[in-house]
Amino acid sequence: MDPILAEKPVDLAALSPADLHHRVAQFLYLEARLQDTHAYDAWEQLWEDDAIYWVPANGHDTDPERQMSILYDNRSRIKVRVEQLKTGRRHTQTPRSELARLISNIEVVGVEGAEVSVRANVLIYEDNLRGETLWAARNEYRLRLVDGAFRLVRKKIGLVNNARPVFTLSFLV
Amino acid sequence: MTETTALPRLDSLIEPARVHSRLYTDRAIFEEEMRRIWHRTWVYIGHESEVPNANDYVTKSIGPTPVLMVRDRQGEIRLLLNKCPHRGNQLCAYKQGNRATFTCPYHSWTFANTGELMGYALPDGYEGVSKTGVGLGKVARIGIYRGFVFGSMAAEGPTLMEHLGGARAALDQLCDNSPTGELELTAGFLQHRTKANWKFMLENETDGYHPGFVHASIFQVTKSGIANLYGKDSTALTRDYGNGHTEFDLRPEWRRLDTPLKWFGTSEERLPDYTAAMKAAYGDERARQIMIDGSPHTMIFPNLFIAEIQLFVLQPMAVDETIQHVTAVQFKGAPDINRRLRQQTMGSVGPAGLLLADDTEMYERNHRGALIHDPEWLVLSRGLHRERRDENGFRVAHSTDEVPQRGIWRHYLSLMQE
Repeated sequence: MDPILAEKPVDLAALSPADLHHRVAQFLYLEARLQDTHAYDAWEQLWEDDAIYWVPANGHDTDPERQMSILYDNRSRIKVRVEQLKTGRRHTQTPRSELARLISNIEVVGVEGAEVSVRANVLIYEDNLRGETLWAARNEYRLRLVDGAFRLVRKKIGLVNNARPVFTLSFLV
Repeated sequence: MTETTALPRLDSLIEPARVHSRLYTDRAIFEEEMRRIWHRTWVYIGHESEVPNANDYVTKSIGPTPVLMVRDRQGEIRLLLNKCPHRGNQLCAYKQGNRATFTCPYHSWTFANTGELMGYALPDGYEGVSKTGVGLGKVARIGIYRGFVFGSMAAEGPTLMEHLGGARAALDQLCDNSPTGELELTAGFLQHRTKANWKFMLENETDGYHPGFVHASIFQVTKSGIANLYGKDSTALTRDYGNGHTEFDLRPEWRRLDTPLKWFGTSEERLPDYTAAMKAAYGDERARQIMIDGSPHTMIFPNLFIAEIQLFVLQPMAVDETIQHVTAVQFKGAPDINRRLRQQTMGSVGPAGLLLADDTEMYERNHRGALIHDPEWLVLSRGLHRERRDENGFRVAHSTDEVPQRGIWRHYLSLMQE
């Protein structure tokens, strides 16, 4: 396990804003690194059982239970997605995309019990057989502190151009 | 990358069982396709349920050309071109909405949603100038079948029914899976940008040879039995309906298994409301047969693909770029199956789809391969020796055979040469 988070119980409400922000940022960087390096198992383990992994389409306030999203996975579908990547026959990721993403504008929106809501912007550079693609998104997260480490409960990736045609998005966004 | 040359003779590039790579990469051929196919034959535009109320509109397309599908205040469907006739400005900048009139932002000319010019701004400058004949461009002909709206840019030509021919049965089969006989396409479309010629998609939609390989990863992970449908012993059929329409007919397999809703990987017990509504609508026996046969897998030339639980609309943008628009089929009056239809659709198609991202990877590799000059010819001979005619006289063969692709090119050549 990455040694970036305290292993003893932490009370989120008792943390200073700077400390909380630091811990949140460190977690987002960890997730980004696991995604950029295709560390599929480690990334999958970040997710809680009540996970929602969501990339809306056609705007940012659609109802994913009624309208089409580019991606709307619960925990079991996250597992299927990762297992498919691990077969080595997920052709769109064979060879894998070369990735580097920048996360910035991290805002802690609120704390509720063991959960913290976060906003951040992300810029992802992707290179693959087709060429170079730049992805920009305004992300929203809900993180849960479990045994001293953050876990992902909800991640909404708000691609800024999600109302327009987009290329294949088969890496972990 | 594209090639541009003078238009070659098409019959020198298309043979019954092989086609020339240049058909996918030559810009002059693409432009000719726009004239002879997209701006002439019937092209699928959208579904009536996307504009349910008077004055609703939604932006659709015929190839790269945007088309406003409008329901006017009388309730009639109109297909208008999104161009102000004054100085050519894009009239409407929004994808959808509700409005009785469209006003050009440039000089404020205002048009009714039937296309007629209602008034000039500062009309003193147009003294004595008639407003008639100054309206918006229109798609010359509109044809609607069971809610499916088609348009033809040609004022004359075969009727929509003549164009659909035998493939009309696929639209009927799809609608029969609705307890009300109607669809409601209300979930919105995903738009998957694809760096490949549109014909790679047209050909692949009813290709039963690829799934066992391209989709092996997801079949493996989900332990799906679907792969058997695309195997050597499958009784499923590929079919050429003529007029470029093709089908992958799974009914022989579903009838052999004889289990309602098996086609959708579920059962009557899991969808009790839907099952009850189907039986109430069609009677027990007919409902059972519909739920065994399932929804079709049919490509209606040139751009509407019914993929059992999804509708795809192909939009060529350039010789090397196509947008795949896709939405979940939704049956009016069937919320329990609709939810499952949406969930399955979101998992499998679109830019992140567990299936379509791999198909799209193949399309893009197809296109890059087609740019390589040697070998020039691509092979479509699979199953040539075992083609036969079905009871309606349509060509059919084994589920993995290239009957559909040969049929597409036969029709394509006839359109391009007429």
